[in-house]
Order: sequence, then C-alpha cells, then structure tokens
Amino acid sequence: MQQIINFVIRNKTFLLFLLLFVISLALTIQSHSYHKSKFINSANFLTGGVYESANGISNYFGLKEQNKILVEENNKLRSQIFNTIDTSAIVKTYIDSISYKGRYKIQSAEIINNNYTSTKNYLTINKGEQNAIKEDLGVITSKGIVGIIDNTSNGYARILSILNTKSRINAQLKSSHHIGSLEWDGESSTIVQLTDILKFAPVREGDTIITGGQSSIFPQGIPIGTIENFVLDISGDTYTVNVKLFNDMTNLSHVYIIENLDTQEIKLLENPIDE
Amino acid sequence: MNSLNFNSIIRFVVLILAQALIFNNINFMGSINPYPYILFILLFPVKNNRSLFIFLSFMLGLFVDIFSDSGGIHAAACVTIAFIRPAVLKFAFGMVYEHQNIKFDTTEFGNRVIYFSIIIVLHHFIMFLLEIFNISNIILILQKTLFSSIFTIILCILISILFSNKKR
Repeated sequence: MQQIINFVIRNKTFLLFLLLFVISLALTIQSHSYHKSKFINSANFLTGGVYESANGISNYFGLKEQNKILVEENNKLRSQIFNTIDTSAIVKTYIDSISYKGRYKIQSAEIINNNYTSTKNYLTINKGEQNAIKEDLGVITSKGIVGIIDNTSNGYARILSILNTKSRINAQLKSSHHIGSLEWDGESSTIVQLTDILKFAPVREGDTIITGGQSSIFPQGIPIGTIENFVLDISGDTYTVNVKLFNDMTNLSHVYIIENLDTQEIKLLENPIDE
Repeated sequence: MNSLNFNSIIRFVVLILAQALIFNNINFMGSINPYPYILFILLFPVKNNRSLFIFLSFMLGLFVDIFSDSGGIHAAACVTIAFIRPAVLKFAFGMVYEHQNIKFDTTEFGNRVIYFSIIIVLHHFIMFLLEIFNISNIILILQKTLFSSIFTIILCILISILFSNKKR
C-alpha cells in the first residue's frame, strides 16, 4: 500500500497529464460522433455573449453587402407576387386566410460566429430556446441552405454547417426526382459532394441541385448549387457529383430558420409505436 | 510573486479572447490560421508548480475549444506540450536551464526560436491529427501543420519581442 501511494506521489505530474489528456481525447472522440457533442460547444451564455458583442461591432462593416442581398431578395419576391396569376379572380372559392395554417414557420436570426476553415465547421446564431428554436430545424439564406441546428441553449443555438464532414442532407436534381445525399469532403468551402445518385439519372454539368422532399427538415425545392462535374463511383452504380454552392459560406449574416410544423406527425407515421 | 500571478491571469484571458475573436478569423490563403494563444504556455515562468501548470494549460486549451467548437483537440495538444516543456527547455537552453534561472527576455534569440519552433510544431501536429482524425489524410495533416506552424512561430516571436520588458 505504501508503495502504491509512493508511486502516485512520485509520478503525480505524469498521472495528472494522463488524466487530462484522456479527458480531452474523450471530448474529441465524442465530438466526432453525430449528435453527441453536448458539453463543449459555443452555444452557451459565455461564448455566445462574447461573440454577440464582437458581432455588434463587426457587422457594421458588412451592412452595404447585406443591404444588397436583401434588395435582391425583395426583387425576387416582388416579381413572384406580380407574376402569379390571381386565381381568386377566376375561381370564386373563398379561402379563409385567417384560419389557414401553413406547414412551415419561418424565423430570422443573425450569425454571430462563422467557421469554415476546419473540417468540422459550426456556426452560432443569436436565437435559442427562448425563441422556440429546437434541434433539427433547417437553416437557409435567401440564396441557399446553410445547415441544421444541432445544439441550443437559452439564448443561442449552434448550427451544423453543410461544410462539416458529419453533415448529411437529402438533396435531388431539379430536372428529375433522383435523390442523393449531400456530404462534404472537407476540401473546398465552395464545393460539396452529392453522393448516391443512380447512374440512370440524367446528370449534366450546370444543372441545379435542390433539397429533396424526403427529409422533414427542409421543404422541397430550396436551391443548393449547380453541378460542377461528376464521376462514376468505383462500384459503377452511382455518381458522385461535385456541387458548387450558391451560398458564399464565408460571408453570411442574416439567416432564416425553418420549422416544419408537421414533423411530429410525419415521424409518428413513419415510426409507428411497436406493439 | 503576486504581480507575476496577476500577469499570468491577464495573459490567460487576453490570449483566449484574441484567439477566439481575431486569430480564428484570419484565414490566410483560404484556411491557414495561427494559434498564438500557446504563448501562455511558452512564456509561463520556469519556476513553477508543475501540476498547476499542466492544469492551467488544460483549461486554456478547453476554453479555446469551447470558442471554436472543436471538441477537445486544443486541450489535448496543450496538455501534451505543457508536460513536455521541461525537456524542450533543457534541449534548447542547455546549461542555463539547469540552474533554473531563465528569463525569456534575456535569452539568446536563436535559442528562443528553437524552443518556440519545437513546441509549436508539436502542438499543431497533435491538434490537426485529432481534428482530422484520419490517418489516411496524413499528407493533409502535415501540410496544415507546416503552414500553420510557420505562421504561428512568426507571430509568437513578433509578439514576444513587442511585449518584452528588456530595457536597452
């Protein structure tokens, strides 16, 4: 017994080192597995507060750029309004616009921390549980998708960026309904990979990729990017497509959070309770 | 002794904030970032309580991890270099270290560069190894280590010269 205590005392620095190293290794390993990185993240009040106050200063420098993006979006929305044929004039059916319940709820938020240089990138936004932000909500901008919320605190939330090797998002070709899964290989911040597109699909360079309707996170048809090039997999059955993003992931400020109000219902339907 | 501790605390906080708000966003040539926050470990007084020093290094790394959403990679790298530091000090400064009276402001420039380089390269290698976590990407790991290390070494030397107390 005496010897054990002596051993511990003699090697206490080494043992302390070993202990702390194992702790940090455990944190690292857990951060590599999806939906488990709960403890160490930037969506807490300390880091969120620091980032928010820093963002309060730095977002003034991008105001002009953001204004331009907002005007572009307004333009697009206005042209949509003016170009839709007013069906109510033709079909005299009365739609009760008050009780009409939409499928999606949209909220806006501001990015206060944006990473895009490592292989596992996250963003932090300035809205959290007190604004009814939950896990697994989709995040988009006016140009395309950004990611999925993976962690929330009271006032902040963390987004798993599409520029993260853990991210998997359901996507499809715009021209046909062939679906695949959107991943990232960690190399370029403008190119992501669409895998598992069957080789019968009509893939052409320059085609548009949009989100698929298979997931209950994003609505169908949100633009993602255009096809840069594509190769047949080694197995010879599926294509891996390089997709050039519409979004400039290095310059994001205002984002929209999409909540699908039917998620519960869809999930219940897909996973019926075991008898 | 008290003023020394006070100095270290200030350094601890300032370096973490600088890393989170400035140096994580430099993105030189697309993706090269320096990590000069380890100056805290590099310049920590030599006469110290080793357990406390290792623990402080762990906390330093953990805070940077929380700010940059990176799991525990900075903490692991920091703990390792804090543990290995005495050996590197002995290697870089030789006899002076034996007598335990190094003042970093008065050491020779060449020795200091060697000391900084060894620790920084080691730190960056462990960090990128854990970040990418895939030994088949060893080329990418080495490449990132090389570029970031050069950047960090230059910055660390500049900062340590700029803030040194040497009176001419």
